[in-house]
Amino acid sequence: MTAITSDTPATRQAIPFVLLAQVILIANSFIMLYPVVVMVLSAFKTTGEIFEHPFALPDFTQVGNFAKVLGETAMPTYFVNSLLVTGTSIILILVLGTMAGYAVARYESRTNTFILLFFLAGLMLPLKLAVIPLFILLRDLGLLDSRWSLIVTYTAIGLPSTVFIMAGFLRTLPAELEDAARMDGASEPRIMWSVMLPLARPPMAIAAIQNAVPIWNDFFFPLVFIQTDSRKTLPQGLTTFMGEYTTDWGMLFAGLTIAAAPITLLYIALSRQFIQGMTAGAVK
Amino acid sequence: MHASRQQPRTLKHRLWVAFLVVPPIVFMSLFVVYPILSAFAYAFYDWQGLARGPFVGLKNFKEVLFGVTMAPVVWNAFLHNVYALIALIIIQNGGGFLLAWLLYKEPFGFRFHRIAVFVPVVLSTIIVGFLWKLFLNPNFGIINQALYSLGLDSWAKPWLGDSSTALGALILANAWHFVGFPALVYLAGMQRIPTEIIEAARLDGTNEWQLLKNIVWPLVAPSTTILFTLLFIGAFNWFEIPYVMVGLDGSPFGSTDVLGLVFYRTAFGNQSASIQNFGLGSALATLLFLFIVVFASMLTLWLRRREIQF
Repeated sequence: MTAITSDTPATRQAIPFVLLAQVILIANSFIMLYPVVVMVLSAFKTTGEIFEHPFALPDFTQVGNFAKVLGETAMPTYFVNSLLVTGTSIILILVLGTMAGYAVARYESRTNTFILLFFLAGLMLPLKLAVIPLFILLRDLGLLDSRWSLIVTYTAIGLPSTVFIMAGFLRTLPAELEDAARMDGASEPRIMWSVMLPLARPPMAIAAIQNAVPIWNDFFFPLVFIQTDSRKTLPQGLTTFMGEYTTDWGMLFAGLTIAAAPITLLYIALSRQFIQGMTAGAVK
Repeated sequence: MHASRQQPRTLKHRLWVAFLVVPPIVFMSLFVVYPILSAFAYAFYDWQGLARGPFVGLKNFKEVLFGVTMAPVVWNAFLHNVYALIALIIIQNGGGFLLAWLLYKEPFGFRFHRIAVFVPVVLSTIIVGFLWKLFLNPNFGIINQALYSLGLDSWAKPWLGDSSTALGALILANAWHFVGFPALVYLAGMQRIPTEIIEAARLDGTNEWQLLKNIVWPLVAPSTTILFTLLFIGAFNWFEIPYVMVGLDGSPFGSTDVLGLVFYRTAFGNQSASIQNFGLGSALATLLFLFIVVFASMLTLWLRRREIQF
């Protein structure tokens, strides 16, 4: 894993180059942030104001759009559904992923290689392409059009990477820790729960963030599995909402702002952990 | 491996280990292995709605690849996936590489720029798609509004309604969404290069371009391998941005149609009008799956050979 704060690279450069680099970086950050800023500003405007003065600052006390989105639409329901689905999936991923990761990392067994290869295959296969049989399986299990259809799918997708993250970390813990506990007569479950797992919180946080962001944002599986409006998640509900209020741009921007706010604020507060978690699969 | 040697080999111990590994494996078998294996099998059957009909051999595959109605749509979409892949390699991964190099020097405000470039990455693709759809609106979107206010009226266009610009607009929206990802992965890769190597090159009087081309680019090869492979898989699974911005039909006139949209239309397209065909959908998914696995493995092996140990 890479710490983002490395030694300052000794790069003594000509002034024009430094200036050019600054200009490019500032321009890029402007392009990255300005659309988000316009979205938030427009959420405080009426549709007429958006069309007439798209670039003007709004009157921030005018929160009518937000009140309408929260009071008159199903957005709060979608929000709660997203919380339930993401939260339950993450808990299941962490519990199952830690179990398999712990067994592979801490107990010698001839089946370990097989287990790791099994999860490695799961890491490579895009489950999206198996959505038809998954659809039929969930129908046969009576889970279609329920939040559980999403929870089991997300857990299956997130499990392999979590097994590797947990096993990779748990393997680095010294054997003396568990040997000492074993000498004191502690049982295997007690050693795992009270000695080893308290040390494994950092990789759990990485695994949780790595999975939570794509699960929270996913749109494809709800689109296929969920029909009932009261069970839709935020990204899917957003398409219903955008279809209903096509001409009320103030409402549309307020809806988008409400949908984007939680994860954006969380990201700004925990940017280091987010970046580390979301690039964990691609950074060795 | 630090596993302890004092582990007891009793039945109780074996049961404990089984308790740990069996539930995750059963879960994966049920919800990943079984669906993927059945996905192959389903493609060999005829389907009437949600009910499986008789075994038809390779009929569905032939229809997808050579059929009069389906094949032109599939190949048209495939071509758009290829365009998107090439454009995104240049704009998204190439742009990310250059941004990473600028960030690597840790210029003034680099913490801010690093956080800013990753903001769109954490947003839902649905939010990004709708946001850009509103911005690209021909009458009221800020893109055309900005062009009008700059006096460039002739440049204003119905970006998503014009078949010559629609696919490009989707590609740019996608690049805006994800450029932060390659940027920060490359940045981490650059930070792993021993500083002495760059220092030595500078002392030799290497200019900026030679340094990037001959030293930095080869040494971040492991990042390139993984980023290109992920982009390849992503480009051929492309679905959300086109779905939200131009709809299921890849309008206008199929100019933005991609395989993800074709697959969805074929398999689930119009549940109310019951024009859904799981057989053809499974055949398309199987072909796409094999294509991705074969080419992604070849790509990975080829890119791996470029990697240098240091």
